[in-house]
Amino acid sequence: MTTDTQTRELVEALRKYEAGFETDIESVKAPKGLNEEIIRFISAKKKEPQWLFDWRLKAYRRWLKMPEPDWAKLDFSPIDYQESYYYAAPKTGEAPKSLDEVDPKLLETYEKLGIPLKEQAMLAGVAVDAVFDSVSVATTFKDKLAEAGVIFCPISEAVQNHPDLVRKYLGTVVPFADNKHACLNSAVFTDGSFVYVPPGVRCPMELSTYFRINEMNTGQFERTLIIADKGAYVSYLEGCTAPMRDENQLHAAVVELIAHDDAEIKYSTVQNWYPGDENGKGGIYNFVTKRGLCEGRNAHISWTQIETGSAITWKYPSCILKGDCSTGEFYSVAITNGRQQADTGTKMIHIGKNTNSRIISKGIAAGRSDSTYRGLVKIMPNADGARNFTQCDSLLIGETCGAHTVPYIECKNPKANLEHEATTSRISEDQLFYCRQRGIPAEEAVGLVVNGFCREVMQHLPMEFAVEAQKLVSISLEGSVG
Amino acid sequence: MLEIRNLHVRAGDKDILKGLSFHLKPGEVHAIMGPNGAGKSTLSHVLAGREGYEITDGEVVFDGKDLLEMEPEERAALGLFLAFQYPVEIPGVQTSTFLKTAINAQRKFRGEGEIEALDFLKTLKKTLKSLNIPEDMIKRPVNVGFSGGEKKRIEILQMAMLQPRFGILDETDSGLDIDAMRIVADGINALRTPERSFLVITHYQRLLDYIVPDQVHVLADGRIVESGGPELAKKLEADGYAAYERAQ
Repeated sequence: MTTDTQTRELVEALRKYEAGFETDIESVKAPKGLNEEIIRFISAKKKEPQWLFDWRLKAYRRWLKMPEPDWAKLDFSPIDYQESYYYAAPKTGEAPKSLDEVDPKLLETYEKLGIPLKEQAMLAGVAVDAVFDSVSVATTFKDKLAEAGVIFCPISEAVQNHPDLVRKYLGTVVPFADNKHACLNSAVFTDGSFVYVPPGVRCPMELSTYFRINEMNTGQFERTLIIADKGAYVSYLEGCTAPMRDENQLHAAVVELIAHDDAEIKYSTVQNWYPGDENGKGGIYNFVTKRGLCEGRNAHISWTQIETGSAITWKYPSCILKGDCSTGEFYSVAITNGRQQADTGTKMIHIGKNTNSRIISKGIAAGRSDSTYRGLVKIMPNADGARNFTQCDSLLIGETCGAHTVPYIECKNPKANLEHEATTSRISEDQLFYCRQRGIPAEEAVGLVVNGFCREVMQHLPMEFAVEAQKLVSISLEGSVG
Repeated sequence: MLEIRNLHVRAGDKDILKGLSFHLKPGEVHAIMGPNGAGKSTLSHVLAGREGYEITDGEVVFDGKDLLEMEPEERAALGLFLAFQYPVEIPGVQTSTFLKTAINAQRKFRGEGEIEALDFLKTLKKTLKSLNIPEDMIKRPVNVGFSGGEKKRIEILQMAMLQPRFGILDETDSGLDIDAMRIVADGINALRTPERSFLVITHYQRLLDYIVPDQVHVLADGRIVESGGPELAKKLEADGYAAYERAQ
C-alpha cells in the first residue's frame, strides 16, 4: 500500500466518526465496580441529602434482583457491571463557578465538537449545559434564564438549590423499578440537566445539554428532569458523543418530562455516540428510558430523535397522556450502518379523554446492521375520543441489513380512532443512477435520498440544529454504497 | 465531440449492441431512430454509464477521453446530460434543492466554487419562464406526482440549468401531447449552439419536425443500418421499420 492510500484511508476513517478523539485530562474516579460503597461514594461526592441517598440505595437493592429486559431484537453478550467505573470527573472540572474557571482543555474539547461554550461565540439563543463523564462542567446563559424565572442547571445543583422541586418530581414518571436500566440509573446517576419553567413563561431560548463520555470503561448515567408548569413552553435539545474505543461502554440514562395544564415541552435528541468499528468492535450501549407525562389538560409533549450512533440503541421515548385533550408526538429517524443494532420506538398511553398522539418513524439500515421499530399504542377504558396516527417507514441500503416493524396496539375503548401505516423500501438503482447522471457522486446521492426520506421528521428539529442533523445523516451513511 | 467505434454491449446473456459506430461533431444534432428493442435505450444508458451492461468490444471517445472508463458523475461533470425516458421520483427532496446540489457537485468536480444563491435563483426564474413551468412546481419533490409531460419539461429545465456540452434525449417525445412537445422542442432548440451537440433518440418522426437533425441513423438489431439527412426520417414515417426488421 502506498503512503498516499494509507493517508487517504486514515483521513477517511477519521472523518467517519469525527467526534472520536480523547481529551487527555486528569480525572477523579470511584473505584471500579458496583456495590453499596460506590453509591455512598457518589452520594457523598454530590453532598446529597439523606432522602436521595436512601432512594439510590433502594434502587440498587432492587436492581440486584431485576432481570435484564430480553424482549428487544438485540444481540450482545451479557454486560459485566463490575468492569465499569460508575463515577468519573475531570479533576479541575468539579463545580466551576463560571466559564472562566472551566479547564481550558474542556473548553477546547467542546469547541472541537462544534459546541463553543464561551457565550459570545455561541449560537444566538441557545443555552448549553455540558456534561463531561459524570459531571456538568458548564452551563451557559444561566443569568438570562433566571431573569425569566427559568431554572436550568445541572441536576446535582438542583438537588442543593431546589430540593423541594426535585423531591416532588424525581421518579414520578419513571419509577426507580421501571426496568433494569432505569433502576441502575436511579442508583448511580451522576449528572444531567434540570429544567423548571414557571407558570405562563415561554422559555426565551432553546435549552440544550451536551453529553460527552471521555474516560475509558466509564458508564454515563445522566438523569434529566424537565418540568413545564401551567401554560409554560420549553424546547430542549440534547447531543451526545464519545471517543472511539475497543471496549463497549454503557450509557443508561433516564429522562423525565412533566407538562402541566396547557404546557408544552419539545424534546429533541441528536444521538451520535461512537457506533463501534465496521466489525462491531467497541461502541456505546445506549440503554435509555425516556418518558413524558402530560399531567394537565391540554398538555403537549413532543419527542424528536435523530439516532445515528451507538453500537446498540434500546430506547422508547414515550408519552403518558393523562390530562384530557393532551397531545403526544414522536418523530424519529434511526440510522444504522456497519454492525449497529437499534431497537427503538415509543409508547403512547392514552388515559384522558380526547387525547391525541402521532408517531412518525423513519428507520434506515445499511451495511450489516439491524433496525427495529417497536411501538405501543394503548387506549385505556376512559379515553373516549382518543386518536392515534402511526406511520413507520423503513429504508434499506444494500443486501445485508435488516429492518423490522413491531407495532403493538391495545385498545380498551371502542370510541377510539387508530390509524397505522407502514412501508419498507429500498434506495433504488434508478434513484442513484438518476442523481449520478446529474453529477452527484454516489455517497452524496445516498445522503440526499435519505434526507428526503427523513424530511417529515427533520422539520421538527429546532432550526439551529436541522442543518447539522442533515450533515450527520450523510456522514453516518458513508461507506454504505460500493 | 463523440466518436463511437464498433460498440458491442451485452446485458445478461443477450447481445444488444453488435458493432455500432458513428461520429458526432460539435454543434451537430443526430437522431437515432429504430424499432422497439433495437437497442436505443441501451445506447443512452451505456453512454451515461449505467451499471448492468457489459462492454464486450469497441470504444467511445468523448472530447478525446475514454468515456467508458469514467463514473456517471464524471461524465456529467464533463458535460454529458441524459434526459431520461422515465424520470425518477425522489420523495422529500425539493426539485430546486436537487438542481442546486447537482450544479454544485459538477462545479466542485471541475474545481469551481459553489454557485451564488442569487445567480442560481435568477437563472432558474428565467429558465422556468421560457419553458412555461410554474414556479411552485420546483418547490415540490423531484418528479413526485408530476404528469408525464411535466416530468419531461423538468428534464429539459435541468438540462438548461446544467448547460451540458452534449445532451442525449431518450424518447423525450413519448407521452407528450403536441403542445407539450412544441415547448420541449423550443427549449432544446434554444440550447443549440455551434459547440453543443445532441443525440435525439426517438421512435417517431414527429419530434424531428421541430428539432431538425443534421443526420438520422437507423438502429436495427444492434447496428446502424442506414444513415442519411432529415429526409430519411420522413421516409421512415411513410414506410415504417418493416424493411429493416425483415432484413434481420
